[in-house]
Amino acid sequence: MSTEIDRQWTNRLRRRALKLLPPEKLMPDTQPTYVSSWIYVFGVTTMAALAVVIASGCLLALRGPQWWHTSSVGLFVNSLHLWSVEIFFFAMVIHLWGKYFMAAWRGGRALTWITGVVTFVTSVATAFTGYLSQTNFDSQWISTQAKDGINATGGGAYWNVLNTGQMLMWHIVLLPIAVVALVALHVLLVRVKGVVPPFEEPVKVGADR
Amino acid sequence: MTKRFRPDVDAPEWKGGHTPYDIVKEGAIALLVVAILTLLLAIIFGSPDESAITLKSWSNAAPVDFAQDALSQLNGTSETATYGPPYNNASVGQELGPLSLAKWVGATMSFNPAKAFVIDPLKTQPFQTALSGALKKWSDASSITRHTWVTNYTNGAAHMTWRNGAIVVKASDSGPVPVFINDLTDMARTGALDAVLTHQGDFYTTNYTLPLLFLEDGNYLANTATHQHLAGDQWGMMNETGDYPGQAWLWLYTFWYQVPPFNSSGNGDILVWALMMLLTLLLALVPFIPGLRSIPRKVKIYRLIWKEHYRSLESTAVPPIT
Repeated sequence: MSTEIDRQWTNRLRRRALKLLPPEKLMPDTQPTYVSSWIYVFGVTTMAALAVVIASGCLLALRGPQWWHTSSVGLFVNSLHLWSVEIFFFAMVIHLWGKYFMAAWRGGRALTWITGVVTFVTSVATAFTGYLSQTNFDSQWISTQAKDGINATGGGAYWNVLNTGQMLMWHIVLLPIAVVALVALHVLLVRVKGVVPPFEEPVKVGADR
Repeated sequence: MTKRFRPDVDAPEWKGGHTPYDIVKEGAIALLVVAILTLLLAIIFGSPDESAITLKSWSNAAPVDFAQDALSQLNGTSETATYGPPYNNASVGQELGPLSLAKWVGATMSFNPAKAFVIDPLKTQPFQTALSGALKKWSDASSITRHTWVTNYTNGAAHMTWRNGAIVVKASDSGPVPVFINDLTDMARTGALDAVLTHQGDFYTTNYTLPLLFLEDGNYLANTATHQHLAGDQWGMMNETGDYPGQAWLWLYTFWYQVPPFNSSGNGDILVWALMMLLTLLLALVPFIPGLRSIPRKVKIYRLIWKEHYRSLESTAVPPIT
């Protein structure tokens, strides 16, 4: 007979979470032997770069959106933000192509692949709104050019790239929350399903002897 | 009945060995390496910061271009005045076959460019006899008379010059239009127009839609961008000023703008967007698309990735007894 505590939503959620992702899967201390290639480095590199992007963005936020135009320290923090974003995308694109050539969706991992692609697209939007929020010539040019594409879809009526305040809020609040949430979901799915095993191939006996 | 194994969908169950793996240490090392790399790149290359163009700097550097822009707002020929949704209903906007997406959503930011960019800003100026008289004359005139004045001035404006601190156009029967164009140019050259167009009567502001549209309608912004190799046919907005990588991840989006039919169609933007949305959808749904999901197995790049694994299998395989 189940007790009142057993029937709690909290208890049920905890049991389900632990069943789905026990601690040894969430933070494993071993990995399959086939996980042995430099390509695996780019997933964790992407996450590390995201951490630096967020940290440098928070530093920029401390003194407001125009601080970096008038301060050499601000300009340097902006440089950190820019280059961490470049590293982030570099690592993410290699990670994505690496996973494509591993057919990493196999074995019930399609949702992991889809969350990865959606994270990439959301990251592109986040970086784009960053360029619009710079309040300099690049922002002027990029926003006036980009408006035509977005207006053509009808989206410009609500998502106005010429409205710097709107773009800044999307850049520093809404889209980063989305990216972090998607990355968290993506990583949890990787931990639940594990890293995709290699394709099976007929073994050539003694080929390496 | 055993389910058929599909190599592009199913994965074999791993029955091999495991090796020690310190996930926290890996994350910490990655963070340290990326932080140091970021620091080095920031120190060596820095980041670009080209100051924004103001209406003041533009009208002082190129007063004729500014005045031509102002006139195009008044005579309704500017890009903004003829744009369509979301700024007005002067056109239906771009169309994707039978889909008029912009038109369906409508002009949610509707405004009159002649009023917003020329007449209303001039009304904010301190009292000046000539300007006040010109504004009253404009206000009292019929739309036909206004049209005649603007048309006469526009006909002469092909030879517009800047002489002795004034815009000069040889045109007769132009009513108050010469005063409007000159006073608006003067207003811009002092910086007053920046404040009026940006703030639009409010103290606080973060919305730059009007000044950016006005700036884009002139040639100065585009000429400056072309000089910086940022024009649409120069791989446009994926670049940024200076020799920086910019938004290199937008290369495919920008690529379509370099080739027909996208770079010549009046519906080029919506065509590119539709294509990119389709390609993005295909990328997201690769696991479910036969053919696309088989490419990795067929091109065998995975053999490079799992080189150690296959080598290990081959070296430990037992030869058949003969």
